[in-house]
Amino acid sequence: MTVVADVSRLSKAAGLHQRGLAWRSVVLPWFLPLGLLLVWQFLSATGIVSTAIVPAPSDIWDAARQLAKRGELQHDILVSLRRVAIGFSIGALSGLLFGLAVGLFELLHDLFDRSLQMIRTIPHLALVPLMILWFGIGEEPRLILVAMGSLFPVYINTVGGIRNVDPKLIELGRSYGLGRAELVWSIILPAALQPILVGMRYALGVAWLTLVVGETIASRDGVGYLVQNARELLRIDIIVLAIILYAIAGWLSDLVTRLIERRLLRWHPSYADRVKA
Amino acid sequence: MSGASVSLRSVGKSFAGRTVLNGVDLDIAAGQFVSIIGPSGAGKSTLLRLVAGLDAPSRGRIELRATGHKADVRLMFQEDRLLPWRTVLGNVLLGVKGRKGDAGRILDAVGLQGRESEFPVGLSGGQRQRVALARALIHEPDLLLLDEPFGALDAITRAAMQLLLEQLLVARPRTVVLVTHDVEEALLLSDRVLLVKDGGIARDLIFDQPRPRHRSDPALATLKEELLDGLLTAERDLAAVA
Ligand SMILES: Nc1ncnc2c1ncn2[C@@H]1O[C@H](COP(=O)(O)OP(=O)(O)OP(=O)(O)O)[C@@H](O)[C@H]1O
Ligand SMILES: [Mg+2]
Repeated sequence: MTVVADVSRLSKAAGLHQRGLAWRSVVLPWFLPLGLLLVWQFLSATGIVSTAIVPAPSDIWDAARQLAKRGELQHDILVSLRRVAIGFSIGALSGLLFGLAVGLFELLHDLFDRSLQMIRTIPHLALVPLMILWFGIGEEPRLILVAMGSLFPVYINTVGGIRNVDPKLIELGRSYGLGRAELVWSIILPAALQPILVGMRYALGVAWLTLVVGETIASRDGVGYLVQNARELLRIDIIVLAIILYAIAGWLSDLVTRLIERRLLRWHPSYADRVKA
Repeated sequence: MSGASVSLRSVGKSFAGRTVLNGVDLDIAAGQFVSIIGPSGAGKSTLLRLVAGLDAPSRGRIELRATGHKADVRLMFQEDRLLPWRTVLGNVLLGVKGRKGDAGRILDAVGLQGRESEFPVGLSGGQRQRVALARALIHEPDLLLLDEPFGALDAITRAAMQLLLEQLLVARPRTVVLVTHDVEEALLLSDRVLLVKDGGIARDLIFDQPRPRHRSDPALATLKEELLDGLLTAERDLAAVA
């Protein structure tokens, strides 16, 4: 009898534990940021920290509302989003295609990989002055820079992912009668998917970083331009607002890629919830 | 008899200078069920991989012959080698061109009905092994090579799988080579038992007891003793070397 009672108590504890976990993973991560925000507001309101150095959260909120009323905020955010979307798409897609070609074909690997690895070592931001000389401050230099920044993380992870597929699984595919194309589609690509997605996530981070630099240096709109302009007008509140916008954008894009990862890799031991397909 | 015949002529295999198999001569008739037993590391898996054509022998020649066409060979590997990104059904259907309808029947037979759409990550070791078995069986090859297919199964499931294998072979006879650690399993299922040790075939027993066989059969018990003796001396030799 005692054993039975023990078991039921255990399972009840497990249930509580589960609920506790859900609560913890949803609510707890927000404690620190919200707490900091409150402390920050308090320090500014009481004058302990001068608003001339760091504006209060409420000031930043007001600045955001003003900019939004004039339509500037939305416009700049959309422009920046568009740049990242286009630049990242071009870069990641080329990285993926190059990576697939070089990873799958030994000949192309010998032909291109060394050169691409060498180009990779050039910090792409070092090309900013050159880009401005060549293209002025039009749209192209920013898109090219963002694309270059996104290309290599995807390329390297794609090549690495393909070349590191468990040879036992390739042997299995061969001995079970898969042709070359089937082998690539059924075994090599799925096995390389996780590193490829990791590369994409990393590339997205680089894309945002590149955009910040690109827009701050030479631009007529976008969030970076907002910062540039605010610096000239000594509007610290707008500068901090822009920083927060970048942070939110980075966080959101990370969230989206994580969701995609979770969906595509639902068979993977680290993602699987042991659910049906 | 349908199935492929196998012949090995003074076959040897070395890895980085270390000889694993040496001078193996072996003829397996079409339709024969051969079991291979032997101590761990004796080269049983190596032998199967050579016959499957996955590795080339360092010395000697291996020939497979099937009537009228190129012999179709399937090896069920010692590890399950399931593709984690494919469902149970997807794994069983790997490389299957026609006959897709058979998958349901075979999954039923190995006791995995209702789990077709699960990914391998949620399966137990024995379940994974049964998926791998179903995957090897569905192809109906001329030569079926099984490397310890029932190693991770409990006694009851193991008996059920042995029965399943026998039934499938009655329905569609073919050549089978089974590696096992279980002498009784070898004697229950096979026409012939090989003991592999010291890089060669130390014992070669033809065993033509009528089927179905029973564990309690005295003839089976005598042979079991004899083979276990052979295994034991092999283990002792190993210990002496170490
Ligand atoms: N690819 C390889 N490279 C180097 N050595 C190998 C390789 N494959 C097998 N061997 C060696 O060959 C020997 C026989 O290995 P094998 O896997 O055939 O043994 P086994 O009889 O199947 O053993 P077990 O019962 O444990 O599965 C071992 O000593 C192993 O280390
Ligand atoms: Mg083995």
